[in-house]
Amino acid sequence: MTAAADHLTHPAAKRSLMSRIAHSRHLLGLVFMLPAAILLLVFLTYPLGLGVYLGFTDTTIGRDGIWIGLENYELLMEDSVFLLSVFNTIFYTLVASILKFALGLWLALILNEHLPFKAFFRAIVLLPWVVPTVLSAIAFWWIFDAQFSVLSWALIQLGIIDHNINFLGDPWAARASVIAANVWRGIPFVAITLLAGLQTISPSLHEAATLDGATSWQRFRHVTLPMLTPIIAVVMTFSVLFTFTDFQLIYVLTRGGPVNATHLMATLSFQRAIPGGNLGEGAAIAVAMIPFLLGAILFSYFGLQRRKWQQGGAD
Amino acid sequence: MKFTRRDVLATGAGLGAASLIGGMPAFAQSATAKIEPEKGASLRVLRWSPFVKGDEDAWIANTKKFTEATGVEVRIDKESWEDIRPKAAVAANVGSGPDIMFVWFDDPQQYPDKLLDVSDIAGQIGSAHGGWYEGPASYAQSGGKFVGLPLAVIGNAVCYRDSWAKQAGFSEFPKDTAGFLELCKALKGINHPAGFTHGHGVGDGNNYAHWLLWSHGGQVVDENSKVVLDSPETIAAVKYASELYKTFIPGTESWLDVNNNRAFLAGEVSMTANGISLAYATKKDPKLAEMAADLKTTNFPVGPVGKKVELFQVTTLIAFKYTKFPNAVKAYMQFMYDEAQMAEWVTQSSGYCCQTLKGYANNPVWTADPLAAPYAVASETLRPNGYAGPLGTASAGFMADYVLVDMFAEAVTGQRSPEEAVKRAAKRAERYYRT
Repeated sequence: MTAAADHLTHPAAKRSLMSRIAHSRHLLGLVFMLPAAILLLVFLTYPLGLGVYLGFTDTTIGRDGIWIGLENYELLMEDSVFLLSVFNTIFYTLVASILKFALGLWLALILNEHLPFKAFFRAIVLLPWVVPTVLSAIAFWWIFDAQFSVLSWALIQLGIIDHNINFLGDPWAARASVIAANVWRGIPFVAITLLAGLQTISPSLHEAATLDGATSWQRFRHVTLPMLTPIIAVVMTFSVLFTFTDFQLIYVLTRGGPVNATHLMATLSFQRAIPGGNLGEGAAIAVAMIPFLLGAILFSYFGLQRRKWQQGGAD
Repeated sequence: MKFTRRDVLATGAGLGAASLIGGMPAFAQSATAKIEPEKGASLRVLRWSPFVKGDEDAWIANTKKFTEATGVEVRIDKESWEDIRPKAAVAANVGSGPDIMFVWFDDPQQYPDKLLDVSDIAGQIGSAHGGWYEGPASYAQSGGKFVGLPLAVIGNAVCYRDSWAKQAGFSEFPKDTAGFLELCKALKGINHPAGFTHGHGVGDGNNYAHWLLWSHGGQVVDENSKVVLDSPETIAAVKYASELYKTFIPGTESWLDVNNNRAFLAGEVSMTANGISLAYATKKDPKLAEMAADLKTTNFPVGPVGKKVELFQVTTLIAFKYTKFPNAVKAYMQFMYDEAQMAEWVTQSSGYCCQTLKGYANNPVWTADPLAAPYAVASETLRPNGYAGPLGTASAGFMADYVLVDMFAEAVTGQRSPEEAVKRAAKRAERYYRT
């Protein structure tokens, strides 16, 4: 920016300055990076920084807060609802991610086989991912409805149960229900990405293993899985991040009820900040999510990408 | 601003005289103080999406009349009712957006210094129409000033199937909480249970929980904002709620705002509480003609406290200080509260919006249909949330966190004893009312 100001004030120096910039690789590199850097600063660093700052203030809607240090966090540590939401979030993320990974990998392996109408199946697998979350959440709302659940109805018609299942009323049933909805929605992302990974594995590796007498389980365990770990690491990092920060599904299905049994940190943060008006506390809850998210990212980088060749070295 | 204050005053005086001649003679004292909009003014109004169509149509028609009379263009946008709070908060914080908004509950109390002081016209309008009802007026006032005009109270009443109540042996609806429990038991006995929302339904959940608490004499805080929730009265309310819950259709702890309507319209429950929209839903659908004929409405019964006290959704008309046309805003407000417009709006809202001015209490809408009668007293029996403390950040935060709803739900589902549930709720209340 100073360079630009300079050549405005010294038109004579313009030519040489321009040509110097054009010929300096470092400067040119910086100039090219500038738009991206500005975008990141304005749309990422600033909101994040503001969020972190708000977490240290008692800002409410309509009133600027004052710096109160760690008070929001101290109060949250004594808040049973917040602690419950932390538990809910970890439980939700853990169970949903494991299920999504297992089912997604399974689906990817199936889709990788030579099926009839392969392209068609691969396309429809993506449907749950394509449908807007709010729409699918409303569909699940009906499925889990206390009075009109199609699942309850079918089971009653089959004579398996004699009364409606209280999907969203019982705390553990509610947790299981929202996890089921999240898994349904999240599988396609995992499956399709892993499928892409599977297709990069050279068939010659499998042929060699087969010639060596490897069973299909051994081929999966010692050829497919190691070759797939880099992409698993990336997919699961994303999957965990999406699940951990899930909001819409809970908001439509339960609003965090019954008695906060399905409140996630994201939904609680919103509830406290916007309808409740305590922007500072809401921000603090959101900031409290960051360590967990960082942990998930670090785990996938150091835990799952531990082989040297995955990081560009020789194995 | 292109005009100096002197210009505005001068043109204002001229136009004021003109409007006196052609204007409304009905209320001379308000007509004399008619505020004239700035020249070239235009306004943006953001309201909640209507629940009954007549409300929106009448509001738009009245606004058109205002535009014709003054030349001030008014654009009306709408948002889903739950999105109003964040939108208003952003507008207040950022300092730009609509000039006028319909907001809910304690919104005006959260940023009173960002709102246009409308005490002058509030006083005129109030005295011209028999005065404001105390409940809705308390939501619009802050620091002795009107920071908005009380717009309406959305009544909530018990809706029940008369034939089933009769079948259960109740030809007359019980007047007190004890009789109400007997009715619920009897309804369950004939396999047509009642159902009231114990889930995180912003409207239905909070309305029901507050009625339970207040009807038994419990309150969250006293006049000095000291938390007094953990009281024998509250525990009695929770115990009463547990008894009621046993008679309900299963799953009401998962109900959000829509579930009770669905269950009632499907004939799954014999009784629930709702706005008048439920009654209209039965009338609109020819397939529900039988239900429509059978549906009756009444107020929640009176509890040990001895009088009707309930929480309803309260909406206030506010204007932001940042508006470029404060006079146009006030002129618009005055116009919309004039007899001709306001009476029409209350009528067309078909009982959904209860008047905030006592002068409109005899609106024919309340007597045209007996179903509307219980909704007519909403403004009168309304008790503000956070009673008996002041409205503000604490009361708003407390209610938005569903503390009372959770307290009852925890106890009625048997997760905790009534005493424990009340203690926990009181502890949560302390978080909001700490000093």
